[in-house]
Amino acid sequence: MQDNYGFLGLYLLIAIAFPFVALGVAYLLRPKRPAPVKSSTYECGLETIGETWVQFKAQYYLYALVFVVFDVETVFLYPWAVAYNRLGLFALVEALIFVGILVAGLAYAWRKGALRWM
Amino acid sequence: MDWIDTLLIPAIKAIVVTFGLLLGFAYMTLAERKICARFQLRYGPNQAGPFGIFQPIADALKAIFKEEVVPEHVDKWLYVLCPVLAMVPAILAFAVIPVGRPFVLAGRTITLQLADINVGLLYPMAVAGLGAYGIVLGGWSSNNNYSLLGALRTTAQIISYELPMALSLVALVIVTGTLRMSGIVEYQAALPLIVLQPIGFLIYFICGLAETNRSPFDFPETENELISGYNTEYGGIKFALFFMAEYINMIVVSALVATLFLGGWQGPILPGWLWFFIKTAVMLFVFVWVRASLPRARYDKLMHFCWKFLTPLAVVNLLVTAAVVLILRG
Repeated sequence: MQDNYGFLGLYLLIAIAFPFVALGVAYLLRPKRPAPVKSSTYECGLETIGETWVQFKAQYYLYALVFVVFDVETVFLYPWAVAYNRLGLFALVEALIFVGILVAGLAYAWRKGALRWM
Repeated sequence: MDWIDTLLIPAIKAIVVTFGLLLGFAYMTLAERKICARFQLRYGPNQAGPFGIFQPIADALKAIFKEEVVPEHVDKWLYVLCPVLAMVPAILAFAVIPVGRPFVLAGRTITLQLADINVGLLYPMAVAGLGAYGIVLGGWSSNNNYSLLGALRTTAQIISYELPMALSLVALVIVTGTLRMSGIVEYQAALPLIVLQPIGFLIYFICGLAETNRSPFDFPETENELISGYNTEYGGIKFALFFMAEYINMIVVSALVATLFLGGWQGPILPGWLWFFIKTAVMLFVFVWVRASLPRARYDKLMHFCWKFLTPLAVVNLLVTAAVVLILRG
């Protein structure tokens, strides 16, 4: 089984090589005629005012927080699902409690207004 | 296990898969333009060769020979690196998908799958998740208002679709009892899982549309509000790499749907790889069909839809599946 992960490593090398080769070939072949107007920021013909790297309000900030919790909990369900056929009723009840806490958490977040744009 | 098994065969497979994906990408662009054109009562590309079959080659040559402008204001390193960051995970995700029945050649059993790892189902999800970094950082490093908005939308999209997607697959794993791709395909010898998991299939496909930034969830790259969004400042080969990443992601999601829900390479009469190809092609057609049929949604609507409808639905699906499996087992 270790070998199979080795294959993935080999594949990773090829997958990384390809885009770099493409970038390199294009770099060698393409014409280079820079001009100040060409290299200005694109904005529909208007001059850009200021930098774009400003502090920006992401309205889904609370979603992101809730997401982190849920995503980790979902990962915990995978081992349970794989072993499910070998476990008994006890496993189902345990998972029910686990998912119940998850769902209660979602309901709470929903109720408290985390699932709307701030 | 000698060097042929451990090095030569995997290397050949890796190269074949990579070029297969690139070929698939090239002809997917043509197929999409052709099919979209037909939906709109046009012909689509038909000048380069019969039925326009040389169009992808012409496009590739154009991308390579086009002058590229690196705007002054960008974060240079990230700007150049991001197309690669988007492209590598897209290619990598295909590694665990079995494309056909194993066969014997010169006394060796050759599986038509690059790596049959024991966490096969988690792998493409994990790798495809990384692809979003290329888009988010690409949008940010461009230092362009449109690109930044595109990047923000991508983030919103990830935190919406990943949860129902993962939950819908947990239900599938309960049924199959394994994460290994070859095991999942074997399980479907008699009955494709779409019959047992129709709701899981729908949830997964909708999330797949969001994952690949496809219409109706193509918010990060809307042409008419964000001027191509995260790749506004990209041109030439760098744009082509982003474009390739999107299409290869689409192929990967279609192949995953074919493998997980439609029975993979299992099927009567025809050889396995042909069944796999047909199923993947059908799913890709559905992608284009959806694009041609549905208007774009709004990204807060997608968030609400995912969090308030798909996620609870996926949880219910999961619990019902678990209960039914337990009852059937007695």
